[in-house]
Amino acid sequence: MRPNIRTEADRSPEFAHWITSLPGAEKIRECMHCGLCSASCPLFAYMDYSPRQLMYLGREGFRDDVLGSFTIWLCTSCYQCTVECPRQIPVTEIMYALKRRAIEEKTYPRRLAIPVLAREFRRMVSDRGRISESWLVMRLMLKTGIHRMFGMAGLGWNLLRTGRFSLRRETIRDRSDLARMLEAVGRDSEVVP
Amino acid sequence: MKKLAYYPGCSLTGTGRAYDESLRAVFAALGEPLEELDDWNCCGATSYMSIDKAKAYALASRNLALAEREEADLLTPCNACYLVLEKTRRHLADSAEMGQRVQHALDAVGLRYEGKVRIRHPLEILTRQIGVERIKEAVKEPLKGLKIAPYYGCQVVRPYATFDDQYHPQTMDQLLKATGAKVVDYPFKTRCCGASQTGTLPKVGLHLVYRLLKEAQARGADIMAVICSLCQFNLDVYQGKLRREYDLPPIPILYFPQILGLALGIPADELGIDRCVVSARPVLERRAAHAA
Repeated sequence: MRPNIRTEADRSPEFAHWITSLPGAEKIRECMHCGLCSASCPLFAYMDYSPRQLMYLGREGFRDDVLGSFTIWLCTSCYQCTVECPRQIPVTEIMYALKRRAIEEKTYPRRLAIPVLAREFRRMVSDRGRISESWLVMRLMLKTGIHRMFGMAGLGWNLLRTGRFSLRRETIRDRSDLARMLEAVGRDSEVVP
Repeated sequence: MKKLAYYPGCSLTGTGRAYDESLRAVFAALGEPLEELDDWNCCGATSYMSIDKAKAYALASRNLALAEREEADLLTPCNACYLVLEKTRRHLADSAEMGQRVQHALDAVGLRYEGKVRIRHPLEILTRQIGVERIKEAVKEPLKGLKIAPYYGCQVVRPYATFDDQYHPQTMDQLLKATGAKVVDYPFKTRCCGASQTGTLPKVGLHLVYRLLKEAQARGADIMAVICSLCQFNLDVYQGKLRREYDLPPIPILYFPQILGLALGIPADELGIDRCVVSARPVLERRAAHAA
């Protein structure tokens, strides 16, 4: 359970600095709390913190609240908040940065399949250059609980029946090129050294 | 006119292959056959960006560099690919630091990207370059009597609205009207379909799908037309599951080029019509019988 009262001891100046240093995110300081980001968000009703609250907690440095929040994992990147914000805060891009940092620091809620999907997706693309959807879904189910497979039997049959389930492994020709490219970019980190 | 390199994206080789089939058929029928970008790779979608920003941009930029080598613009039908490639193009132009980092990665494999590639969408090419009039003239089987809800999804108009209105996009409406079909007023045109949450968090994601379907039916639509493979997947394959909880008569979900293709007289099996989980045949047959 989260304690009801936050105190000054919960603040991380580093986190506040990091979030407001993201591209375009210095504008969080100009947020007037109009709430259009939350009001326009199609997932708002399911979130623990609204997008507006999350931006505010971030700028005030409440790192653990922000990085442990479900909100960043409910975001589908529909960009509604971004286009509505009268202060031009790039809310969706900040959500991406929060996802990256939460994955890097392993602070995401354990039972969520979403970060697992992101990791499996990256692994497949880095390796083969393309996504083979059927394989991706099967890997995801292996990682998050095989029981999911049973509920998917009907769906699998429907995809098979309509020729949309393929076990072909899609791959690019220049796989080694891609690997060398990604290597050359170097390691990226959201965490300030 | 600058050459277009067709970038299908991964979904169109898998669950969204009907989009690929119908798009190729329609462009060929209009005398502008598609040429695929040689050795394209995954755009990275939302997942890669959730893990590593610089690598995500490098990954997407390989496609820009390949297109630039062919002196082509990219033709990108999938919403996610469209946004990722457009965002990458803009970011590399705006951020000198990222631009250099990505060019350094491209150097490692002998590629260059100098910012010459534009990201084009089939809706833009069909309405602006080929033109609605030319399509109207090519219609052989007008779809009179068919009522369609046009659904655009998110990322083609957000955050950038490059060729259509951000709140009330019209390009697909124009194409559907050119077939003789009726386009119903659909206020959820650009509302999120739930994306991958339908799989990762179904109790949340499926409700978003339900609202979109229900609204289309309330507006009197016989079918929905879509432009994104993830939207099509969500709206089509989960209807059976939703029906266990909600009162929801089946409504077929077609890609807009499938509908265009039918009007152009292309046989249904060349358009992947039977790849819909909720069959479109009954609605199409009823319409044809009515029109006869």
